[in-house]
Amino acid sequence: MLTLENISFDVEDAKGDKGIIKDLSLSIKDGSFVVITGPNGGGKSTLARLIAGIERPTAGKIFFDGEDITEKSVTDRANLGISYAFQQPVRFKGVQVLDLIRLAAKQNLSAAEACRYLSEVGLCAKDYISREVNASLSGGELKRIEIATVLARASRLSVFDEPEAGIDLWSFQNLIQVFERMRENTKGSILIISHQERILNIADEIIVIADGQITRKGKKEEILPAILGTASAVDACNMFYKGGNR
Amino acid sequence: MMDEMQKTLLAQVADLHEVPEGAYNIRANGQMAGRNTTANIDIISKEDGEGIDIRIKPGTKHESVHIPVVVSKSGLKDLVYNDFYIGEDADVVIIAGCGIHNCGDQDSEHNGIHRFFIGKNAKVKYVEKHYGSGDGRGGRILNPGTEITMEEGSFMEMESTQIKGVDSTDRNTTANLASGAKLVIRERLLTHGNQTAISRFEVSLNGEDASANVISRSVAREESSQTFISRINGNAKCAGHTECDAIIMDNAKISAVPELTANNPDAALIHEAAIGKIAGEQIIKLMTLGLTEQEAEAQIINGFLK
Repeated sequence: MLTLENISFDVEDAKGDKGIIKDLSLSIKDGSFVVITGPNGGGKSTLARLIAGIERPTAGKIFFDGEDITEKSVTDRANLGISYAFQQPVRFKGVQVLDLIRLAAKQNLSAAEACRYLSEVGLCAKDYISREVNASLSGGELKRIEIATVLARASRLSVFDEPEAGIDLWSFQNLIQVFERMRENTKGSILIISHQERILNIADEIIVIADGQITRKGKKEEILPAILGTASAVDACNMFYKGGNR
Repeated sequence: MMDEMQKTLLAQVADLHEVPEGAYNIRANGQMAGRNTTANIDIISKEDGEGIDIRIKPGTKHESVHIPVVVSKSGLKDLVYNDFYIGEDADVVIIAGCGIHNCGDQDSEHNGIHRFFIGKNAKVKYVEKHYGSGDGRGGRILNPGTEITMEEGSFMEMESTQIKGVDSTDRNTTANLASGAKLVIRERLLTHGNQTAISRFEVSLNGEDASANVISRSVAREESSQTFISRINGNAKCAGHTECDAIIMDNAKISAVPELTANNPDAALIHEAAIGKIAGEQIIKLMTLGLTEQEAEAQIINGFLK
């Protein structure tokens, strides 16, 4: 179980300290599928980075299975069983997709075994396994490889920061299936930051974060109807039409 | 007979653990330590000085030549001229390389000048590895020179790798290409400590549709310094591309100097050069997979130099 206790995260800007996350507490139970949503700039990605250990909180504590991990490094947290999929995946010149999946799995997988993870995210594995993770890959391809590296780790807690970002409509369908399958098969907990109704729709629990705080939290059945139709979950065109300019 | 140290060096520079298949000439501490020729590949010692002529008959297919050099004696200064004559339509692999082990206080130096004369439509893959070891105060110095003459329609792929232990290198590679000839050069270089490495390439594309691609990937760590100079002269309708991609770490210094000259309006020439640190996000990504910062750095460098 992951527990955040009174977490704050401040950054300095021209006007002094600015609170990105403000005294936020939450728990992610084992085996649960939680989606965090909310307006852009509300602190969702920062929260994911705090959980992965990329950022350290200004105040508060983080516990993983009862152990205080607040001061633990990214590496230590990874080895304790926390995975993190980047919103904007990193490129590596010379490092092949196979290398990255082997590093993620922490074992010398055969190409065929590694291909399984790529197929899982909808990439035709044999075309990709020996490709370099460099600028020759499109944003969507890179994103799916990123998700495959997290799948290969089979962690106790996997955090995905906006997995839908940069993925085209065709691939999105497939991505939903990936998460549906994860929901069925994985024993670990899954935390996804997303704006997508279809991802929200497969959640056990939905947490809405705005202005660094939790504004709503509860079972999907309670939260989803309440937030659908609000600014955080509708697209710009709908808002435009509602404004009466149609 | 070679001693254990020489055998270790041989394994490093030529991946050779035993006597190789096919044609070979092994030079150890300035002396010939073994030679074999085949029906199609002849190796002859030069009469007027140090070095050998390697003559490959026209049409020779899928044969290889190994010509490694090992130096394990401190204070030895070795200079050789090796000339390769590759017949028309041949398709061969040539593996050279030099390993120096110096545990003494005097400098050990090997200067190898390789000249390639590549016949019409011949294909050559040339692999060259450099390696140094030994904890003596004496320097390990390698100054390879490569002169390439390519006739019509010939192809050469040159791979040069220097990953460890060579204190000082000054590499000079020149090439002249006739019509339709194609040259690909890939250099991999890692320097550390107080090492210095200079690589100079000068490629002249003299015939119509000649093309060249000169690619260097390097990593400079600690106090080491590197200079990469790549000149391409387009003297006909041709295509040339040169690229230097370098990772700089610690207090190292790197200069990348690409130079293009077009002497013909149909010469299409491109250069790219980039020097930068390892991106912090790359390290963090690998740390989220459970690697330590040092392991992440090593993986990034290994991949980059692969």
